[in-house]
Amino acid sequence: MKPFKELTGIAAPMDLINIDTDMIIPKQFLKTIQRSGLGKNLFDEMRYNDDGSEKADFVLNREPYRHASILVAGDNFGCGSSREHAPWALEDFGIRCVIAPSFADIFHNNCFKNGILPIRLPEETVNALMEKADRGQNAMFTVDLERQVVVDPDGVEISFEVDPFRKHCLLNGLDDIGLTLQKGGAIDGYEAARAETAPWVTPDAA
Amino acid sequence: MSQPKTLFDKIWDSHVVDRQDDGNCLIYIDRHLVHEVTSPQAFEGLRNAGRAVRRPELTLAVPDHNVPTENRAGGIDDEESRIQVETLAKNAKDFGLPYFDMFDIRQGIVHIIGPEQGFTLPGMTIVCGDSHTATHGAFGSLAFGIGTSEVEHVLATQTLQQRPAKNMRVMVKGALPAGVTAKDLILAIIGKIGTAGGTGHVIEFAGQAIRDLSMEGRMTVCNMTIEGGARAGLIAPDQKTFDYLKGRTMAPKGDAWEKAVAYWSTLPSDDGAFYDKEVELDVADIPPQVTWGTSPEDVAPITGTVPSPDSFAGGKREAAQRSLDYMGLKAGMPLTDVKIDKVFIGSCTNGRIEDLREVAAVAKGHKVADGIHAMVVPGSGLVKEQAEKEGLHKILLEAGFDWREPGCSMCLAMNADKLKPQERCASTSNRNFEGRQGRGGRTHLVSPGMAAAAALKGTLADVREYLK
Ligand code: SF4
Repeated sequence: MKPFKELTGIAAPMDLINIDTDMIIPKQFLKTIQRSGLGKNLFDEMRYNDDGSEKADFVLNREPYRHASILVAGDNFGCGSSREHAPWALEDFGIRCVIAPSFADIFHNNCFKNGILPIRLPEETVNALMEKADRGQNAMFTVDLERQVVVDPDGVEISFEVDPFRKHCLLNGLDDIGLTLQKGGAIDGYEAARAETAPWVTPDAA
Repeated sequence: MSQPKTLFDKIWDSHVVDRQDDGNCLIYIDRHLVHEVTSPQAFEGLRNAGRAVRRPELTLAVPDHNVPTENRAGGIDDEESRIQVETLAKNAKDFGLPYFDMFDIRQGIVHIIGPEQGFTLPGMTIVCGDSHTATHGAFGSLAFGIGTSEVEHVLATQTLQQRPAKNMRVMVKGALPAGVTAKDLILAIIGKIGTAGGTGHVIEFAGQAIRDLSMEGRMTVCNMTIEGGARAGLIAPDQKTFDYLKGRTMAPKGDAWEKAVAYWSTLPSDDGAFYDKEVELDVADIPPQVTWGTSPEDVAPITGTVPSPDSFAGGKREAAQRSLDYMGLKAGMPLTDVKIDKVFIGSCTNGRIEDLREVAAVAKGHKVADGIHAMVVPGSGLVKEQAEKEGLHKILLEAGFDWREPGCSMCLAMNADKLKPQERCASTSNRNFEGRQGRGGRTHLVSPGMAAAAALKGTLADVREYLK
């Protein structure tokens, strides 16, 4: 997993509540064999016409938001199914941070597994940021995870909460696998002991 | 003396690599099965992170869900299915995993080939990105399904982060009557405990009826533990377990075998071990079972009638009405009056040699009823070969059954084998959910003998009529 320390980028406003995982990545894209490559279908039905052309008024089809790395959105972001394809699609598009008044649980979890920082802020604060994100080229935000602050385009700092353990994992780019690999010594030890007591665990070749 | 332990406790304790203060454990995984549907993103994750597979020889990969069950030489027509299968082949090659391709005689449904190869052994932890991994619990191994992120975790580290489950025991008393099988037994259990009955628990099946079952039958029982809400089912290993495994290709040999058997013999639960939940069932008088609804707990004896939704309380009443509407059934109608269109015999629940013998015994000398398409899909290439050696395919072909190539097939209809809307099927598989065997399709879960009897009658039927 890519570490998340500090991020400076364009923030795209999506003033909608209940953005669900079906909107984020519709079900026809779940038959893919990849985790990457889903970015082009992020928000597919909101983003494209039936003939595949772009809907000009959708925020991510407009400059400079095509290059957004932060989303500012309404309440209950990521509700719906548990599909890990939703954070996969966001990440693949280049979104590394979502700011909203609240998130659906599973989506919130899945974000941390995929190097995305979900930030919960009070509704009034999110509304204020939404307006600032609406300023086009001047919608540059900085998110500093170490200090737990969002710096808005006017230089105003807004602090946010994050679970200390998850913060540690994001800052160091530690996914579950990364964490387990830190216990590599224990796994080696277990395997060595097991080879003695239960040699049959290693199968005869097929 | 130390605290008496359950079979589950013993397996769990012997696999803990690391225990955190918050109760989370890192447990070692001895065996990992991989199929084409839930694994591509896991392999891609490894590639992106530049990680290798820690112990390739502890994983076994095989395509099963998407493979065609006829004219295999012609390849896979559906492009997405073909790509999923090709991707698995490539991943197995790139990461050095043992792999059986669809032309290999050893190819078959993951949960059939694990035991068949002797890859599945007692006392082990076994996982697969598939909920029916529970099947392998028949050998006294802790076997459960995992998600794609966890598949990647196992490939990279040969471990999983887990918390221990609770212990539940289902004590099955009495001897199964003639014509009543392991499938009827597990359907009756699910009918009794419900589809959430085992949630949060590992179920250990015990009692005379379980001891009397063959290994095939025990696999059928553990396979459907997941339909009872538990992630894993367990049956203590005994002489039958050892006899089944001895000499299998990947099973230990010589001195290692002797040592293994000595250890496996210590695994059964100790007297006085504690269970968080206990259920008892007497199967001495049960008739063959059949499902009438769209949940595996919607079970009735074949001698009975379609139940009235009013016989249920609370939310289940509405669910039952919805089921009956979907299934196109009327309350009060005798189950043996229900006309069917198709029969599916196969799946990881009932695609083993003993199941096919059961089918052939019923079919011998009879004909499939007019207008019924009855498919028989062996669980693996080796099951198919064995059946042909015994001449079972001749009996079946003569009776008018369709004899096919191994795979998951119409258990979930991911390949070309599907029900059409409103078609009704007597099926030996494990799930009767809406649309499971094809959009709008209607599934009745039954034993292999019952499926054969239905094929001959053209309606749901009591297999015991054919066994007199
Ligand atoms: S046979 Fe059915 S239940 Fe078994 S692994 Fe295949 S699809 Fe899943």
